[in-house]
Amino acid sequence: MNEPARTMILSRLRAAVRGVLPVAPPEWNPPALPGGEARIERLQRLLEAVRTEVHRVPRTAWVESLKPILRQRGVRRLLYAPGTPLGRSLEAGWDDGAGDLPRRIPFERPMEDCKAMVFEVDAAVTSTAGAVADVGSLVLRPDAREPRSMSLVPPLHIAVLDSAAVFDSLGAIMRAQKWAAAMPANLVLVSGPSRTADIEMTLAFGVHGPKALVVLILVD
Amino acid sequence: MGERPAFDFRGNILRALADGQLRRNLQSAMDGLIRKRRAVFDDPAELEALRTVGQSLKQAALSRLPALLEELEANCTANGIQVHWAETAAEANRLVLAICQGERATRVVKGKSMVTEEIGLNHFLADHGVEVLETDLGEFIIQLAGEPPSHIIVPAVHKNRDQIARLFHARIPGAPYTEKVEELNAIARRTLRQKFFEGQVGVSGVNFAVARTGSLCLVENEGNGRMCTTVPPVHIALMGLEKVVARLEDLPPLLRLLTGSATGQIVTTYVNLISGPRRPGEKDGPRELHLILLDNGRSRILADPELRQTLQCIRCGTCLNHCPVYVRIGGHAYGFVYPGPIGEVLTPQLEGLARAGVLATASSLCQACGEVCPVRIPLPDLIRRMRTDGACQGPGGPEDGCRPPLWESLAWKIWALVNTHPGLNALGNALLGRFGRRLPRRGPLAAWSAVRTPPRFAPKSLHALAVKEGLPHE
Amino acid sequence: MPAPPSYPAKPTQVYFFATCLVDTVYPEAGLAAIRLLQREGLEVIFPKAQSCCGQPAYNAGFPREARAVARRQLRAFPRDLPIIVPSGSCGGMLRHHYPYLFAGLPEWEAAQRFAARVFEWGEFMRHVLQVRLEDRGPPLRVAWHSSCHALREMRIVEDSKALVRQLAQVELVELAREEECCGFGGTFAVKQPAISAAMVGDKVTDIQGTGAGRLVTGDCGCLMNIGGALAHRGLAVQGQHLAEFIWERTHG
Repeated sequence: MNEPARTMILSRLRAAVRGVLPVAPPEWNPPALPGGEARIERLQRLLEAVRTEVHRVPRTAWVESLKPILRQRGVRRLLYAPGTPLGRSLEAGWDDGAGDLPRRIPFERPMEDCKAMVFEVDAAVTSTAGAVADVGSLVLRPDAREPRSMSLVPPLHIAVLDSAAVFDSLGAIMRAQKWAAAMPANLVLVSGPSRTADIEMTLAFGVHGPKALVVLILVD
Repeated sequence: MGERPAFDFRGNILRALADGQLRRNLQSAMDGLIRKRRAVFDDPAELEALRTVGQSLKQAALSRLPALLEELEANCTANGIQVHWAETAAEANRLVLAICQGERATRVVKGKSMVTEEIGLNHFLADHGVEVLETDLGEFIIQLAGEPPSHIIVPAVHKNRDQIARLFHARIPGAPYTEKVEELNAIARRTLRQKFFEGQVGVSGVNFAVARTGSLCLVENEGNGRMCTTVPPVHIALMGLEKVVARLEDLPPLLRLLTGSATGQIVTTYVNLISGPRRPGEKDGPRELHLILLDNGRSRILADPELRQTLQCIRCGTCLNHCPVYVRIGGHAYGFVYPGPIGEVLTPQLEGLARAGVLATASSLCQACGEVCPVRIPLPDLIRRMRTDGACQGPGGPEDGCRPPLWESLAWKIWALVNTHPGLNALGNALLGRFGRRLPRRGPLAAWSAVRTPPRFAPKSLHALAVKEGLPHE
Repeated sequence: MPAPPSYPAKPTQVYFFATCLVDTVYPEAGLAAIRLLQREGLEVIFPKAQSCCGQPAYNAGFPREARAVARRQLRAFPRDLPIIVPSGSCGGMLRHHYPYLFAGLPEWEAAQRFAARVFEWGEFMRHVLQVRLEDRGPPLRVAWHSSCHALREMRIVEDSKALVRQLAQVELVELAREEECCGFGGTFAVKQPAISAAMVGDKVTDIQGTGAGRLVTGDCGCLMNIGGALAHRGLAVQGQHLAEFIWERTHG
């Protein structure tokens, strides 16, 4: 730590705000949304508007619903997180013998030991911690079992979302899930596949991160 | 940074105005950005309320900036982030270099960050044998071209696809010539993926830092920011110290304002909240995370009750998009990192009035910028303040770099004299009425009459006519 | 931005603040504005000691000189009467910037009271006098130019346009970039002549594109800029101040 710089800067800052009355930060409540089905519909509409494929699938049969999506996209290597509930149901529902199904590749080792693999798989499937309906975002909380690169490096990202975890707004999900109490090392809101408009303001997808995003919303 | 070329504002402006292609590229881009912003903020009353919230949140944070920075430092440290303080650009550069050298790193991948432009990080590192690769597509394009960004948000906005096609073909080994945007993107993706794979240090900026949780918030669309902060073993984040906010709950309105104002998006593709390096047991993410808090003049700006508002800026660039001057001359003409209205205010404060005070002349004070600023920075008032300081009529003095413009000061003194003495005023009006049409076309009148007929002074002023009409006068 | 003013009941007397440009370059616009006020039964008082609002020096960064001139205006309009200004820009200076210019000084309260009495001419015609205009002119297509300060500071552009729309034979057309500055900006036009020239050039092209025969605006700075550029290009479109235009259409 550069102690002299710290001391100098802080003393100048203290002098600068001396006598300034602290301003009370205001509350902001975004316009309320209709609840229930309409909330999920809004989420779906906003995600689809940014070229995201959204499927509502039965909670107990999501693995079956995933298969045709992977087949149709020609996915041959699917990265997943073993040891997570999603990983376990994927393992249980996968017939490794079926020739047209992609090979399951578990993310088991630290990135340093499997970087090439992570950069070479065709797709990854991850969980989500919820979603924000008013802006159309998924919330991902990568952790020890489900590394952050899964939703970033492979060209296709499949995110599984529980319909019960769709909230009105970012503020609402922050409060409900008590984010401030314990932030993970990495938390990311995802709204569609990677995009850019840096060339002539023309929208193009998949410049660095995933070229495609598929969301499976689990419903009862 | 003594090697920076002399700043020739007039020359820059003339060159930019003569470039028809630049004008067309900028106009269509700015029109698009304005349209999108309007579409996402479709309820004016709601927008005004939101702007007030944004302004208050930033003012609240600035009003207790030292305390928030200490809280941020403590919570970041608890999260395993190594916090550094830098008084100047040079200090920040040295900190980054020292971290790179400690890692024996020679390949740095960088996400888009204005503060690293402000301190000239790329050049500094390159001079010390560290290659920095810009990974934001726009920044990548201008790095290939050897140019600085021309816009805070869309750095390559001055280039069209033909220019980018030629650039890629010439500078990227094996790149075919193509004008198709999808293909150009694919070329960039291929090139940069390899670089992310090999990158030893990732560098990023910070959009907001949350004091209470020790979190860094980064917004982006491309995913290159996530790459830079996830894949290399070391991540260095740099922020101007005004970027700190108190609580996580402050983010939703600020994010809405930032993305809506910047690109007309209700949210960007990725909003990253980073609260530490890789934790025990985690399989990816950087092993080390450094945060550099940069002053570089900000504490001085904070000390002035009016200029303090400059530090509310969230770098959305919407004041550029709405500026009739920016759209005609582009970002490079401003000669420094921050162009447009915010640059006219911020640059003279960072670089000094002597070097950059002239920027404040590039405004008609039309107030379009002040009307759209998401955090209600009174940009026109601050531009006027820069002019006032430049004329040595502000609180500072010659030691702050103001140079009283002699002939102009004299002209305004005469103007004040005439306009405070009715007799002189009447005489002046009579003289203008009589001889005004025959004034020599020199100085201001020459500038005026290059594209306009000169003003036709009336033979009789309204003062004179009012008397003739018999209007009651007091 | 302060709240919009509350409008008083119709008075019997008003002050007229000519502005320096109306005084020296466009007195006929000032006379028209005065006559239209008189036609509504008002006594119009023209204080002789008035001069300039001070904006040119203020915006150029010379507040000391601006304050000296502004102080003069504070004294020139002593009675509690509405002060009518045929300009959104000078109106904005008097209403919004005087209190700021005198912040912390003994004149601050006087500046506040003065500011509250200031009305832009068209705003006053519409809201206080609630005029009804009878158009007596031939059919005409007119383009409207909003001055930036009328638009963003005084916010009275709708008032100006409402007056034009009362003229039955007049077709009001919108410019493609109506809200974009014409490039005048006081000393901006001489300190940044090339940018200013580019801006007014685009404005003139925009006006030309509408096929309008007349360009009407409520501000003489813009008028001098755009009108001068129209004339320099040799175009037949005539620039005119709103008050003079209305007087021409409704008189005789």
